[in-house]
Amino acid sequence: MTKNHALAQGLRRRSFLTAGAALLATPMLSRRAFAAPVEMTMLAWYGHAEPDMVAEFEAENNVKFVPKYYTGGDNMLGLISQSPAGTFDVILSDAEYVQQLNAAGYIEALDPADYAFDEFFPEFQKFPGHWDGDTLYSVITRFGFLGVAYNTDALTEAEASTYNVFWDPKLTGKVGHFDWHLPNLGQMSLLTGNKIPYDIDAAAWDAVKAKTLSLRPQVGGFFDYGGTFSSLNDGQMLAFAGIGDWITGTLEKNGAKVRSVIPEEGGLQWTESFSIGKGSSKADLAKKWIQYVTSAKGQAKSANMAAYPAMVPNQKGWEVLNAENPTEAKRQNMVLGQTNAMDMIRSGRIQYRQLPIQQDLETWNDFWSEYKGA
Amino acid sequence: MRRPISIYGLTFSMPLLIWQLLFFVFPLGFLVALSFWTVKNFAMRPDFDPVNWVTIYSRPVFWQAYGTTFALAAAAAVLASVLAFPAAYAIAFKLSDRARRWAVFLMVIPFFTSYLVRVYSWQIFLSDAGIVNVLLGKIGLGPFPMLNTVGATMVGYLTLSLPLVILLQLFSLVFIDRTLIEAAHNLRCGRLRTVFEVVIPSARVGLVIAALFCFILTFGDFVSPVYLGGGDPTTLSILITDTTKSGQQWPRAAVIALTMIGTLLIVAFAAVRFAYAGQAKGGKK
Repeated sequence: MTKNHALAQGLRRRSFLTAGAALLATPMLSRRAFAAPVEMTMLAWYGHAEPDMVAEFEAENNVKFVPKYYTGGDNMLGLISQSPAGTFDVILSDAEYVQQLNAAGYIEALDPADYAFDEFFPEFQKFPGHWDGDTLYSVITRFGFLGVAYNTDALTEAEASTYNVFWDPKLTGKVGHFDWHLPNLGQMSLLTGNKIPYDIDAAAWDAVKAKTLSLRPQVGGFFDYGGTFSSLNDGQMLAFAGIGDWITGTLEKNGAKVRSVIPEEGGLQWTESFSIGKGSSKADLAKKWIQYVTSAKGQAKSANMAAYPAMVPNQKGWEVLNAENPTEAKRQNMVLGQTNAMDMIRSGRIQYRQLPIQQDLETWNDFWSEYKGA
Repeated sequence: MRRPISIYGLTFSMPLLIWQLLFFVFPLGFLVALSFWTVKNFAMRPDFDPVNWVTIYSRPVFWQAYGTTFALAAAAAVLASVLAFPAAYAIAFKLSDRARRWAVFLMVIPFFTSYLVRVYSWQIFLSDAGIVNVLLGKIGLGPFPMLNTVGATMVGYLTLSLPLVILLQLFSLVFIDRTLIEAAHNLRCGRLRTVFEVVIPSARVGLVIAALFCFILTFGDFVSPVYLGGGDPTTLSILITDTTKSGQQWPRAAVIALTMIGTLLIVAFAAVRFAYAGQAKGGKK
């Protein structure tokens, strides 16, 4: 009591007023810290708006991502078409759907000068489907390969290095399909000798169908995203068609005995790219996000995304990844200065996954349903 | 004499009417309209074209999936009814009131957990390296492939419907006039014969409704065929997702959905008619 009294006496009027003014001004000085974060909507595959990817950007820009996750390009198109313009600020899309997004007027044109394309590998600087003439609509952020996924206890890498392994009698009932016609039939097309697997004539399409149908007795199931993970993880399926390291890499990093290999017949390439949603009221922030995630720092983070790993198109991103996480860089064959994943693309072993060119998409889809019911 | 409709009566019946209009009749009408729309380059266009009906109904895979789904749901209804009846009978006639209340509580508990979670947990039991095969392995048996089979799908269907079927059968059995059973026994009717000649006919409505609920729940179920059956064979619910997954073919999916709704309506009317058929005759007597 005596001490408090002495303290009160010691306070002069001026110091009291100064302290009071400072106290009152504190909320104004730290206004930015107290301001509610700006909400940004992201339409993407699962994982892209999780904390391991967006926390740093959110903190730096006082932004809060509100994700809407989808499971496949058609699902994505459905969600956009059922939503008012401007619902989604940033949209992640697989390459084959960017043209559909653009044709439907769902995405904004972008200025190429805003993005670090000069840091990208040449193959990704003007990626097919992302441009309409000289107008950019989407910026590639990740890619991966699809091949043969296999249980390392059941098969050796040499055995798994051909799609023919799916017909191995010891895998009867143990071959799983990721339940999407495009990657599975693309792989069957590669197996039947089509150099460009999605650009095939009627005779080649018939051969693909016949070959695919012959695999049906080997198949143990058709699985969605979660089912693919669990059936590989618990050893229920020993080989899988239609997927690659984006599934097995996640499992492998968590100790599962699974891997993916690009077979001798070749593999497929999937890509993911970011666009700005048409009518977005936060286009500047969306642009800032795309700049961030395609920068060297963002790319290294993206390569090691917790939900599923992927390779990245930014060479400087490879450098950062090699410096920060050499084990993952090596695991994904992303080490510069030696034979790496880019050489597989350059040697022609990898073909883009795309929509069928000489057949309707529904022709492929209808056959896939028939195959499943066979 | 028909009573005039009062404001009091309307006050209580209107919410139900509005609810039905908003959440059943209007969506159903939209689904019918949608089935005549067309799709061009991933975009749906309002139209009046029967092409979706023709396309779906001319595809063998649709009829194959239809037959599979109907057979699986019918089998589940029969299996659930047969498995549930002894349990419901025992709870209704053999347990004390207190034990019966506990049994009812235990039947409700499964609904506290998500059906999806329960189905996923079955994978731990049914996989090749799962609990069942490990236990069988200890006595030198197996492993037997159980996961990703029709049998596993059926396990999922029963997980979904069995507690409900038992409850519905139970509520039907507890309201049986006990004097009828006593009369049967007094007339020297054996226990088993009493069950078939007195108990089951008396509880017929409840038993049929219980089986009907099982059929309805399993006919449209997507979770068990995918996560326990491995998506093989294709059921109608899987075919719907396949159809929407490629090219935005929602109108075709609407055709499948409407066919499912039509089937369920026919089955429901037939079941209710069958359930009450005996009672109507009894009334005339």
